Amino acid sequence: MSLVQPEMRPHYPDYATAPTQHHFSPYADNGGSVVAIAGDDFVVIGADTRLSAGFSIYTRDQNKLFRLSDTTVLGCSGCWCDTLTLTRILTARMQMYQQEHNKVMTTPACAQMLSTMLYYKRFFPYYISNILVGLDNEGKGCVYSYDPIGHCEKATYRAGGSAGALLQPLLDNQIGLKNMQNVGDSKLSLERALAVLKDVFISAAERDIFTGDSILINVITKDGIQDYSFQLRKD
Amino acid sequence: MLFSEKTRTLDSILNADPVDSLFSDLLPTANNNLARHNFEVAPVKEATSFVKKWNNSCHENLKIKFNHGTTTLGFIYQGGVIVAVDSRATAGSYIASQTVKKVIEINPYLLGTMAGGAADCSFWERQLALQCRLHELRNKDRISVAAASKVLANMVYSYKGMGLSMGTMLAGWDKRGPGLYYVDNDGTRLKGKLFSVGSGSTYAYGVLDAEYDNELHDEAARELGRRAIYHAAHRDAMSGGFVSVYHVKEDGWEFVSRTDVAELHSIYKTDQFLPVS
Repeated sequence: MSLVQPEMRPHYPDYATAPTQHHFSPYADNGGSVVAIAGDDFVVIGADTRLSAGFSIYTRDQNKLFRLSDTTVLGCSGCWCDTLTLTRILTARMQMYQQEHNKVMTTPACAQMLSTMLYYKRFFPYYISNILVGLDNEGKGCVYSYDPIGHCEKATYRAGGSAGALLQPLLDNQIGLKNMQNVGDSKLSLERALAVLKDVFISAAERDIFTGDSILINVITKDGIQDYSFQLRKD
Repeated sequence: MLFSEKTRTLDSILNADPVDSLFSDLLPTANNNLARHNFEVAPVKEATSFVKKWNNSCHENLKIKFNHGTTTLGFIYQGGVIVAVDSRATAGSYIASQTVKKVIEINPYLLGTMAGGAADCSFWERQLALQCRLHELRNKDRISVAAASKVLANMVYSYKGMGLSMGTMLAGWDKRGPGLYYVDNDGTRLKGKLFSVGSGSTYAYGVLDAEYDNELHDEAARELGRRAIYHAAHRDAMSGGFVSVYHVKEDGWEFVSRTDVAELHSIYKTDQFLPVS
């Protein structure tokens, strides 16, 4: 027999409650698409300007392209709050590198840094689809695409974001000339890249509710970065 | 454990000095402690299983899909080690890429392969490359395949149960001759003569076990690796793209070939439907 009888124990209601369940739901999908195409001496990147949450549109005029240096631009889509945090830290890291080494970070170096930065959030990932573009050390256009935890791949063209799965096959056909017989090795011109970029976004706005309103385009050449905008459907 | 306002790092979870910083990956880590990377974790009780919840299918509309890798193989024979891989990465049912490099060139004498989470493999094998280089500088000698695989196994073992996903093979040549090890995310480390890893591995084993012979000559061995991956790519929906073949010899590895599966299909299909009897 125990010394204290069970019924003799005092009852403190505060300590008798069942364990409470806490919900931690830090992610939102704010949509948006990014497309990038690289050529021999240029690279173009475009992102739509619609920012939405579910069926409602937050804004029709949000820039999703981030200029990291004179030759490097990052396009982000997905969770907008994560995008803000990531790009803020990324610009800080670019500045730290610049002051430490007295030179601007190259695009390939920046691409590797982004990969490790994403991986260091392996257990609490950023919910972002990233596409980094720029000119490599030889001045050639390059595109790097990422998964949410930092797997990085260099490519010549890439679509990402909410309409990524819709647009990538279009690019495979129009830019990659995949699975076609007797196609020549014609060099991709800037004009053609821009035309395809606009066309694929028109198509995305037609079928993806998270993509629309307008697109902002950055063209990177050895002479610097040029901005263009292009209107899409507003519905 | 209490909820903290600030984001806690994995360090504090693992009972080390708590470090809170936006630049957590920049902070110096303890000497020789491979396990200490200041990964940031979610500010919740079960921080280490947080990411698994968001990978789960119950959050269908807001799911974090990672790129996954698929069929890889490696075998030792009289002429060295053959490593062959496909190049497809899938995120759910979407083919994220057909051109992934699943052979990671750690140094001129060591190759690693990628199956499972693409980011996990590429990050930890890059980390391994760093440790191998440091070993070289400290000991004025190349690291053995056995040691390198143990370094990798120990690194991933310290994250056991936290959702890392990698099935990798390390192939190389050292003082003991050709070496091949299998290392995976729960810390398994196996030495062997023949391995295949990934969702298409069963198909690759079928071809490999039927045709493998230690006395194979170089061209036949390379062709066996290529053919085994081709058949896996053909039968397994999550494998495909290009077949890459590497050959490790006494003087280091050599890249052999990279062939489109569609092209291989047109070569192999003629003997696919041979009449019975």
